[in-house]
Amino acid sequence: MTPRTTVLTAAAHPLAAGGASEHRTLIITLFSVFVAATLGITVWAGRQTRDATDFYAGGRSFTGFQNGLAISGDYMSAASFLGIAGAISLYGYDGFLYSIGFLVAWLVALLLVAEPLRNSGRFTMADVLAHRLKQRPVRTAAGTSTIVVSIFYLLAQMVGAGALVALLLGATGEGARRWIIVLVGLVMVLYVTIGGMKGTTWVQIVKAVMLIAGTLLITLLVLNKFHWNLSTLLGRAADASGKGRAFLEPGLQYGKDGTSKLNFVSLGLALVLGTAGLPHILIRFYTVPTARAARKSVNWAIGIIGAFYLMTIALGFGAAALVGPKAITASNESGNTAAPLLAQEVGGGAGSTGGAILLAVISAVAFATILAVVAGLTLASSASFAHDLWANVIRKGRTSEKEEILTAKLAAVVIGAVSIALGIFAHRLNAAALVALAFAVAASANLPTILYSLFWKRFTTQGALWSIYGGLISSVTLVILSPVVSGNPKALFPGMSFDYFPLGNPGLVSIPLGFALGWLGSLLSKPAPDQEKKYAELEVRSLTGYGAH
Amino acid sequence: MDSEEAVGIPPTAPDGPVEPARPTIPAQPDNFLDVQSSAEFGELRSAHRSFAFPLTVAFVSWYLLYVLLSNYAGGFMDTVVVGNINIALVFGLAQFLTTFLIAWWYARHAEAKIDPKVEALKARLEAGE
Repeated sequence: MTPRTTVLTAAAHPLAAGGASEHRTLIITLFSVFVAATLGITVWAGRQTRDATDFYAGGRSFTGFQNGLAISGDYMSAASFLGIAGAISLYGYDGFLYSIGFLVAWLVALLLVAEPLRNSGRFTMADVLAHRLKQRPVRTAAGTSTIVVSIFYLLAQMVGAGALVALLLGATGEGARRWIIVLVGLVMVLYVTIGGMKGTTWVQIVKAVMLIAGTLLITLLVLNKFHWNLSTLLGRAADASGKGRAFLEPGLQYGKDGTSKLNFVSLGLALVLGTAGLPHILIRFYTVPTARAARKSVNWAIGIIGAFYLMTIALGFGAAALVGPKAITASNESGNTAAPLLAQEVGGGAGSTGGAILLAVISAVAFATILAVVAGLTLASSASFAHDLWANVIRKGRTSEKEEILTAKLAAVVIGAVSIALGIFAHRLNAAALVALAFAVAASANLPTILYSLFWKRFTTQGALWSIYGGLISSVTLVILSPVVSGNPKALFPGMSFDYFPLGNPGLVSIPLGFALGWLGSLLSKPAPDQEKKYAELEVRSLTGYGAH
Repeated sequence: MDSEEAVGIPPTAPDGPVEPARPTIPAQPDNFLDVQSSAEFGELRSAHRSFAFPLTVAFVSWYLLYVLLSNYAGGFMDTVVVGNINIALVFGLAQFLTTFLIAWWYARHAEAKIDPKVEALKARLEAGE
C-alpha cells in the first residue's frame, strides 16, 4: 500500500477505475445478503401477522430492549449517518449541533409523551386525540400531517440513497442511481406489506446492530490513527479543513450574519421539539405491552442513540482530517458521502483491498439504514391513512379489520411510488438539513396538539385543528419560500428564485405559531358539553393505563 | 415486587385497613370525573407532573442556552480548555452527559414514585368492573 494513494486521487475518481468493479461486486453481494436476510425475516413475520394489532403494532409483543433497538434503528437515519458526518466534515463544529439536538429531543418523548401515548392510544397518534376531541376532523388533520411529515423524511432518505449510488458508480451512474432508488422503494414496500410492524421492527433491530457495529469500527480505526488523542484528531481536522481554528468553533456555517444566526436558533428549536412529534417514532411506542416497557425502550434508545451520536464526532472530524473537504465536496456537494469515503481511507485508501472492503461494508450498512428507516416511515404513513383517514373518516368505522389492513398495504404501495419519484428529482440537498425540515413540520403541527391533548383540560377541537393545520401550512409554506427550495445553486430549483423567507429552517416561526394557534383556537371556541368528562377519561387512562389496548 | 417501594408512602399502599378513611374511588370506573378528582389520582398526577414539568423546562433552557451561546458568545465558546479542545466542545459533550443523567434520574423516580401508585390505582379501577 503506497502512501501515494492520496486524498486528491480519491477526489478526482472516488473509486479508482481498476478497483471499481471489484468494489461493486462486494457491495452488491453484502447488500444482497442483507436484503435476502431481512426479506426472510419479513416473510416469517408476515406468517405471524393475523390481525390489525399484529400489522400495526407488532402484536405489542416486543420487550423494552428490543423496542429500544428498533427505535434506534428507526431514528438513526441516512440523515444521521451520512448527513451529520458530512456536515461536520465540511462545517466542523456547526455540524455537531445536529447530533446534540437529535439526542436531547428524546427527553421530551421520555418525560411527556411515550407513556401516556402508549396508555391511551391504539395504533396512531390520532387515537389519543380522538379520545376527547371530535373524531373525524381531528383524524383528518392528524392523518394529513402524518403523511406530510413522513414524505419530507422519506425524501431525505432517498437523497442519501442517491448520493451513495453516485459515489459507488461515479458520475456516469445517473441511470443506475434511478434504478437503485426504485429498488429501495420496492424493497421497502415489500417489508411493510408482507411483514407489517413485526417484520419492520426486526429489520430495524438488525440494522441498528449493523450500524452501531460499523460506526464503532470506523471510530476505533480513526482514533487509532491519532493515537487515541481527540485533541490531535481535532487539530489535524482543523489544519486539513483550510479554515484553521474556526473549524473547531461555532459559527462557520451559521455565524456569517444575523440571518444565519437566527437560522441556527431555528434549527436548534426544530431538532429538540421535533422528535416527540414524528409519527414513525410515536407508533413504535405501541409495540410494547405496557407504558413501563415504553419508558424502558426510550431509555435504551437514549443510550444507544447517544453512543452513536458521540461517534459522529470521530466520523465527521475524521473525514475532515483524513479525506479532506476537497475530496468530500468533489464526491457530493453536501458532504453526504463523507462517511463511506472515510471508511475507504481508514481501510488503506482508494485502490487498496482494505479500503475496498471497508467502503463496501459501510455502504452496505448505509443502504441497510436507509431501507429500515423508509420502511418505518412507509408503515407510519400508510397506517395513518388506513386507520385514521379511511377506516374512521371515510368509512366512518364501518370497515372490517381485513379491509383496513388491505387499505394500509395499498397506501404503502402509493407512498412507495411517491417517494421513488421524489428521490429521483432531489439530490443536491444535505440529507441532515432535509430531515431537519421534517422535524420542524412535526414540531409545529403535531407536538402542540399532543401536549395540549394530554395535559390541558380546556383544549378543544378547534384548537387542535388550528394548531395542526396552522403549524403544517406555515412550516411547509416557509420551506417553499426558503433558500432550500430556490434562489441559490444548492437549492432544489436552482434556476428559480422565490426565496422570500430568509431562514433555511422554519421552526423559529412555525413552532411558536403552532402552539399559539392551539391555545387561541381553544379559548375562542366553546368547549363541548362533555369536554370535562372526556378529558377526565383521557387523563385517567393515560396516567394509569386503565383499559389500555 | 414493587410494593416494597410503596411502603414509604402510606396513603398509596395497595392493601391494608386504611382504605375507608379516604375519599374512595367509586365502584363504577366509567365515572372518570370522580376518579380524576380522587385524592389518590391527584397524588399520581402530581408525582408525574411535579417531576416532569420542571425538568422539561430545565433541560430545554439548558439546551437553548447552549444554542444561544454558540451563536452570540463566540469569544467565550472559543476559549481553549486543553490542546484543541475548547469550551464549545465541552459544552456540547455536557449536553450528552445531562441527557443521560436526566433519563436515568427519571427512570429511577418513576419506578419509586409513579409505578407503585399506578399499580394500586389500576388494580382498584379494574376490581371495580
